[in-house]
Amino acid sequence: MNALRRNVLKGAAGAGAVAVAVAAGLLKPTQAMAAWNKGAFEARNVGDAMKGLGVSGPADSKDITIKAPDIAENGAVVPVEVTSGIAGTTSIAIIAEKNGTPLVGNFNLSGGTQGFISTRIKMGQTSLVRAVVNAGGKSYTAAKEVKVTIGGCGG
Amino acid sequence: MHMNRREFLQLLAVAAASGMALDSKSALAGTAPANFYDVPRHGNVSFLHFTDCHAQLLPVWFREPNVNLGIGSARGKAPHLVGQHLLKNFGVKPGSAEAHAFTYLDFTEAAKIYGKVGGFAHLKTLVDKMRAQRPGALLLDGGDTWQGSATSLWTNAQDMVDACIALGVDIMTPHWEAMFGADRLMEIVNKDFKKAGVDFVAQNVVTNDFGDQVFKPYVMKEMNGVKVAVIGQAFPYTPIANPRYHVPDWSYGIRDDSMQKWVDEARAKGAKVVIVLSHNGMDVDLKMARRVTGIDAIFGGHTHDGVPQPVKVKNAKGITLVTNAGSNGKFLGVMDFDVRGNRVVSYKYRLLPVFSNLLPADPAMTALIKKVRAPYEAKLNEKLAVSDDFLYRRGNFNGTWDQLLVDALMEVKGADAAFSPGFRWGTTLLPGDAITMERLMDQTAITYPQTTLTNMTGETIKTIMEDVADNLFNADPYYQQGGDMVRVGGIEYTVNPNQTIGKRISNMTLKGKPVVANKTYKVAGWAPVAEGATGEPIWDIVASYLRDKKVIKGLKLNEPKIIGVGKSNPGIADYKGGLS
Repeated sequence: MNALRRNVLKGAAGAGAVAVAVAAGLLKPTQAMAAWNKGAFEARNVGDAMKGLGVSGPADSKDITIKAPDIAENGAVVPVEVTSGIAGTTSIAIIAEKNGTPLVGNFNLSGGTQGFISTRIKMGQTSLVRAVVNAGGKSYTAAKEVKVTIGGCGG
Repeated sequence: MHMNRREFLQLLAVAAASGMALDSKSALAGTAPANFYDVPRHGNVSFLHFTDCHAQLLPVWFREPNVNLGIGSARGKAPHLVGQHLLKNFGVKPGSAEAHAFTYLDFTEAAKIYGKVGGFAHLKTLVDKMRAQRPGALLLDGGDTWQGSATSLWTNAQDMVDACIALGVDIMTPHWEAMFGADRLMEIVNKDFKKAGVDFVAQNVVTNDFGDQVFKPYVMKEMNGVKVAVIGQAFPYTPIANPRYHVPDWSYGIRDDSMQKWVDEARAKGAKVVIVLSHNGMDVDLKMARRVTGIDAIFGGHTHDGVPQPVKVKNAKGITLVTNAGSNGKFLGVMDFDVRGNRVVSYKYRLLPVFSNLLPADPAMTALIKKVRAPYEAKLNEKLAVSDDFLYRRGNFNGTWDQLLVDALMEVKGADAAFSPGFRWGTTLLPGDAITMERLMDQTAITYPQTTLTNMTGETIKTIMEDVADNLFNADPYYQQGGDMVRVGGIEYTVNPNQTIGKRISNMTLKGKPVVANKTYKVAGWAPVAEGATGEPIWDIVASYLRDKKVIKGLKLNEPKIIGVGKSNPGIADYKGGLS
């Protein structure tokens, strides 16, 4: 459901309107990505990605739940759900710590939105998947290990 | 009558020399009580459980492991106990029939006395006997039932489906069953099983797209006026440990959050007894029992652990019993609950070894098996070679059967080294037995049997070995996949199971020289999980090797030097590869 909905949204808003605008020469690709946090998304390590997000020393929180497989069935599409029970959550970022560019996504939630996101991410190797939540001007974090294995050899 | 080990061995030697086998109750007087299968009913709710029979319709030999290491908090606890340690822990009398069933001790001598184990015609007799005393008892099949023999492969699982229906299976959960392909599995579930009234349950298999349940998560039944629920738990890592392409649209995983949801739902609907029929593997079951509340018992399989009594696991709301019922048709678990008011007040459990010489064959099942085998008898019985060696597979690191497979792969393929998967199924052969095509298929009958020859750098070889070792020895059971270590031909190594991934394997050598990280080696293997492999099936490679050799003897078992587990570890005994 979520994957489908995301594709539909992407198709409508992203590929549709923006692509048309680009094709018509109204927007250059870089302008279309005006809101793109280049520093964060192109960061090569977790520290720089955090810095790009404007986060430093987030507090560990048990109110953040990460639902992801213990062992990925397919590293190319690893389902990840993050639930933030922290009041006033305004954004949830997902970081796959050992990916070449660790920041996978940053989701901004407007006032009153439930702190829940569900997506699929790509992972090259076994890694902690970290969620970083902003709420009330403070940042919080939690992590879960997802193993990416060669496979085979099962009993 | 009590015997010490020396007396027992003397008896065995005399008995074997005189050709005496235990095929009557009187002959058993000394070593097994005459009333071996008299198991009085306890209480009012009963379950019969078998698992991982791996399609063995006829009686077989099956040797339990002498290496089954427990990692972290699992060290030295069931199921990670072998030989004398297991006997001592469960109070099983050394030299008894049970001791033979539960351990590898004196296997070849004892096997001649006690005879073969399992076989569906004998199992049927035992099931019927238990059921006669236990009206309403449910027969649960824990999976890995349709795979592991020539006839199941050649009949596309139909022989096992028919045999299980005839046996009277009520409820089943899968693992290898899915390796016949999702379409074939659904055909059996929706036609054969539906018609026969067999429930196929798995709460942890959902569709990739919408996350819908693929199978019923659980079934509710009523037994002697008591509502019971049986929840299915398929092998969580099927699409990882086995080829994904057979189940491309399904997602598995452990999913203990949804397990809790189904347990709660079943309780809310009035279930007084909640059972999980699991293919998790015992370490995973033990962890799940700590995390999920409200389960009376988890009847487990996958790891092929013959555990005489349940492990009682405490969790936030009570106690969950965790069992594991061995493999290859060797055992039938019998669980009796006394349910009063709203809850289980007591239980009795027996894991009964199925000694085929002590249980007359059921005539109808015998006829069914004979009919199934008829078209294939000539092929099954082809004598490929004779083995002077004792051939077995089970054990964390290697078995002589696997040594034979990697030896054949290296010779036929001209490889420097060979890998064979750490499967835990596969029957045992006594010294002097013929290796027939049927016995070879017992080790190799899978739907992805292709062999491969690949150029690998020393670094890649190490990465693969580290990856598999982590699937076996990860300190967190939820990251374990339940197979044994990949069997390695040609390359000797040292392993420290208690290390972390990347640091377990060391001192890799090939013909006495260190394996070099950036040097390329030719590595043979089989059972590729990726789609599209075209190599000759493993059984053809090994069959031609055996026909050529005619006699197998003097196999050199390549076992790693094990460090860091301790010499007195109860999960290892009689180990020749070096231990510290």
